Amino acid sequence: MAQEHKLAIFRGRWKFKSNTQKIWGVLAFLTFVTAIEVILGIYKPAFLNEPIFGMKGLNWIFIILTIVKAYYITWDFMHMRDETSFLRRAVVWTAVFLICYLVFILLQEGGYVFNVYDETFIKRDF
Amino acid sequence: MDSTAVSTGTDEKTWGGGNKPLKASYGKMMMWFFIVSDALTFSGFLAAYGFSRFKFIDEWPIADEVFTHVPFLHGQELPMIYVAFMTFILIMSSVTMVLAVDAGHHMNKQKVTLYMFLTIIGGVIFVGSQAWEWATFINGDYGAVQTKGGNILQFGEYVNENGEQKFKRISIEDIALSETTTRTQHQRSNGLWYVDEAPLPPFTINEIIKGVESNSKILVRTQTINDEGEKTILSRDASLAKLKSEGKLVVKGANLKVNEYGTSLFADFFFFITGFHGFHVFSGVVINIIIFFNVVLGTYERRGSYEMVEKVGLYWHFVDLVWVFVFTFFYLV
Repeated sequence: MAQEHKLAIFRGRWKFKSNTQKIWGVLAFLTFVTAIEVILGIYKPAFLNEPIFGMKGLNWIFIILTIVKAYYITWDFMHMRDETSFLRRAVVWTAVFLICYLVFILLQEGGYVFNVYDETFIKRDF
Repeated sequence: MDSTAVSTGTDEKTWGGGNKPLKASYGKMMMWFFIVSDALTFSGFLAAYGFSRFKFIDEWPIADEVFTHVPFLHGQELPMIYVAFMTFILIMSSVTMVLAVDAGHHMNKQKVTLYMFLTIIGGVIFVGSQAWEWATFINGDYGAVQTKGGNILQFGEYVNENGEQKFKRISIEDIALSETTTRTQHQRSNGLWYVDEAPLPPFTINEIIKGVESNSKILVRTQTINDEGEKTILSRDASLAKLKSEGKLVVKGANLKVNEYGTSLFADFFFFITGFHGFHVFSGVVINIIIFFNVVLGTYERRGSYEMVEKVGLYWHFVDLVWVFVFTFFYLV
């Protein structure tokens, strides 16, 4: 009972003949991305240590690559690509919205607490 | 595909059962509900980790210096290698899981059995690796001294390696000069009733101070991260002064109270988040084993659909998805 699968990734640029082939293709891509992360993590090129938009260039690369990996795991391994668009939106945008909000308020507060110890006369280390 | 839903004989009515809103069966929909809520739990943990890290932004431990060990390769500093291996194992077991789901769509019992088995093996290897990672982290590396304020002082010396000045860590075992001490561990059989004391540290602070005094090359490295993104190394005079005025407790390894690698929150979050994730992997393996036996016994063959494999597959991929984020925020960023 073969189900309908969408057999192309990268917006149709990489097409596969069967679902099994697509799985191996996605594995190759995920391995490639992980390898880039590991190599950058070991060697840490100096030019990427400069802050860009308030964060190290290297950290931007890591976070973006992580989201790319998360996308392909969800879309191809969890078959999100084949679900109806409304199920997809209900799952993805709910999580994305709540997580972005949570991360924003907690990191903002963490930075504030750091500044309090750093710049004012309150100390925790005697 | 919908043979898990029992026909109630009222199929023409909207509320008669067997309806599939969004073209997803009841079980799959509920699995998505669970996954979204579990994703929020994990992001709560990771955001709390981010909060603590931002709070201690200039003294957080550098992951590359903490997780440097690989099994069977003693004494070599190989950051990232082992955790990259673990990541690959988990992604690989995700792949065998999708292949099992795909074989299930083709009603191929042999292949589903094989791929489910491989998935379980991958999960077991991952959990085992994580246990090893924990054991290494708990046992510790070089040891350190904790100050009155709860900060960590580590020890090392400058050595010439290929014409380059490098700071090489020294273990507290190699520093301490033993002296006879009268301090013994307090046990509940004597002294205060029903009160225990944690095992005494391997060395007293005085032994460390004497050892550092006797070897003029040893320097102290503090938690503070300098402008180059490295931990600050004090001069010889400052090292001795800092150690004598603030040193309080000798620590080796990490647990929920002390952490030789830096701020103790780092160890707390490491245990909590990787532990929670490891528990997910463990329960995933258990569920996979149950499904595996159902496949072998032909339950799904008789049912006419392998949708159960698909549902447990969703959970398994979710565990992989979470690891991708844990990997980034604990080991890379």
